[in-house]
Amino acid sequence: MLTINNLHARVEEKEILKGLNLEVKPGEIHAIMGPNGSGKSTLASVLAGREAYEVTDGSVNYLGEDLLELSPEERAQKGIFLAFQYPVEIPGVSTTNFLKTAINEIRKARGEEALDAVNFLKLMKEKMKLVNIDDTLLKRALNEGFSGGEKKRNEVFQMAMLEPKLAILDETDSGLDIDALRIVAEGVNKLRSKDNAIIVVTHYQRLLDYIVPDFVHVLYKGKIVKSGTKELALELEEKGYDWIKAEVTV
Amino acid sequence: MSIQTIDKSSLAERVISTFDTVSKQNAVVTAVRLEALTRFETLGFPSIKNEEWKYTNLKPVVNQDFVPNAVGNISAEQLQDSIIPTEKASILVFVNGAYQPALSVLTQEAEGIVVTTFKEALSKYPEIVEAHFAKYADFQKDALTAMNTAFAEDGVFAYVPDKKVLEAPVYVYFISDSQQVAPLSQLRNLIVAGRSSQAKFVTAFHTIGELHSFTNVVTEIVVGENASVEHYILQNEAEQAYIVGTTQAQLARDCHFTSHTVSLNGALIRNNLNMVLAGSNIDAHMYGLYLLNGNCHVDNHTLADHQQPNSFSNELYKGILDGKSTGVFNGKIYVKPDAQKTNAFQSNRNLVLSKDAAMNTKPQLEIFADDVKCSHGATVGQLDDEMLFYLRSRGIGFESARALLMRAFADDVLQNMTLEEVHTHVDRWIADRFL
Ligand SMILES: Nc1ncnc2c1ncn2[C@@H]1O[C@H](COP(=O)(O)OP(=O)(O)OP(=O)(O)O)[C@@H](O)[C@H]1O
Ligand SMILES: [Mg+2]
Repeated sequence: MLTINNLHARVEEKEILKGLNLEVKPGEIHAIMGPNGSGKSTLASVLAGREAYEVTDGSVNYLGEDLLELSPEERAQKGIFLAFQYPVEIPGVSTTNFLKTAINEIRKARGEEALDAVNFLKLMKEKMKLVNIDDTLLKRALNEGFSGGEKKRNEVFQMAMLEPKLAILDETDSGLDIDALRIVAEGVNKLRSKDNAIIVVTHYQRLLDYIVPDFVHVLYKGKIVKSGTKELALELEEKGYDWIKAEVTV
Repeated sequence: MSIQTIDKSSLAERVISTFDTVSKQNAVVTAVRLEALTRFETLGFPSIKNEEWKYTNLKPVVNQDFVPNAVGNISAEQLQDSIIPTEKASILVFVNGAYQPALSVLTQEAEGIVVTTFKEALSKYPEIVEAHFAKYADFQKDALTAMNTAFAEDGVFAYVPDKKVLEAPVYVYFISDSQQVAPLSQLRNLIVAGRSSQAKFVTAFHTIGELHSFTNVVTEIVVGENASVEHYILQNEAEQAYIVGTTQAQLARDCHFTSHTVSLNGALIRNNLNMVLAGSNIDAHMYGLYLLNGNCHVDNHTLADHQQPNSFSNELYKGILDGKSTGVFNGKIYVKPDAQKTNAFQSNRNLVLSKDAAMNTKPQLEIFADDVKCSHGATVGQLDDEMLFYLRSRGIGFESARALLMRAFADDVLQNMTLEEVHTHVDRWIADRFL
């Protein structure tokens, strides 16, 4: 589904990704962990198409296509979803209105009919229940004045609404209390299917109790330096990153 | 430009030569007109050397062969697109400055309320006109107000007596018919709202025709004690339209006054909006929105003149400039020595989308009282890349994402429109513009 090969990317002349390789197959869940500043969000941004990040080398293939050739909206229309580590606040745009626009632009791009108001509301209701999000929140301006947890929940709600093929969750668990975490995880698990894949970026093993990954990778200094199964996350939780840093420098 | 040949004198001379045709039926008004005429003859049209006109050059406008008092001919069908759909309204249509009874619809109001034309008011309610005409809009300093005071013979007139409520909002359409000639239209509006009365009215400008049009409008609004008045100026104009105008609001104690000015294109628009807060405990708001494109130029000059203690004024003007458009905002706040405990706020926010567009914004605060709260802020920026990316990452195309953000930018101005029908209509304009 996703093949990343020797990816190099930089922002403002600073090289951040330095030859990253990753293969994600349909149905898989990959966890990416790593110290602060190692490039996890950068990878997520590059996959979503943020223009400030310049790819200098390597390739990304998504469903047989050169992903790097596509605009951010085309990627979303083809099923990529990024749950942002820091969702932006957009005053004056209500979440409801925004999602309706998003869904219908995606449907249009796929040659499908636009959802009418009734069906859109039905879908909203269903997904709101799924992630246990409040109606009043969605009527407000997008993320404006939302608490950290509310923003994250809104990201998962959007993911549920857009039903992506490949979801990238960038620290969606950070700042969530344990109840919110469970709700978020349940939402993610409902999305799980043999055709979809999920990449979760996280610092905490506790999320992985709920969303059990098939693979765990350690991203360090712009590269994936270690990969393993869910046991690796436990080991990292226990021992920290120093032993990995040591291994890399050796 | 106009194909018809007219005398080659300057526009000012040409206008002045029409003074003979101005009705002299009311001696008081005529005396004022004569004074204003003399003033206009002295002042002439302002040039950019005039500090108040530094960024708006009228020369290319007044050098054109505009025809004063040109007879217009607009059918109801042609008018259709300019009319805002309403449930309940009084509608007055003026074409090239002349009232069109056939295109207008007046709603019956409670006893004592008058909604009519300025001309009609002059013969039917001379004492009200005499008491207020040119008492507020200063023609000594402003040449265009002087010209208007001397020559403008018609416009809307509304009188709402004490404690009365105007049930149907008044929608006034100033149409320029530039199909045959390039018209110069002058309009004079007078709104008098008595103590504890309420009124809402809309003045909308539109040019129909390919030739240029030039409109000079002066609106005097007298808001009585504890009255509540809302005024809209809607300028969804053609690229060949020039509009200059002054709205002068005279506010008495305890009143509420809100003005909304929306300008979409137009070749050149200059709006002066002056609020004189002549009493205490006044609640006054000025909202403005301008969405400019092409070679359009829009200049908003506003004034909140606090003369008495304990009043509040709030101003929010926002603009989006694209193409080669230029915008000017000049916001004056005066706090006179007596006006202690004044609260006066001003904010002007701009998005400049192209490198050829430019915005010139200037707050001008003159504060002569010491116990006041005043603030002002101005920004000129671009669309936020982070926001744009967020929307696009959800599958929303670049153009739609931009449109959403621009609509969102305008939102806190539009939110304050209490006339739902105007709000909806302006929203449609914005959607049409950006999508
Ligand atoms: N726009 C930018 N301009 C300059 N430097 C940047 C920019 N974006 C990221 N960086 C730098 O790139 C490096 C990697 O950042 P990134 O956000 O990808 O780290 P991360 O692994 O997600 O960290 P965290 O765990 O703290 O979220 C950091 O040193 C960061 O400061
Ligand atoms: Mg990060």
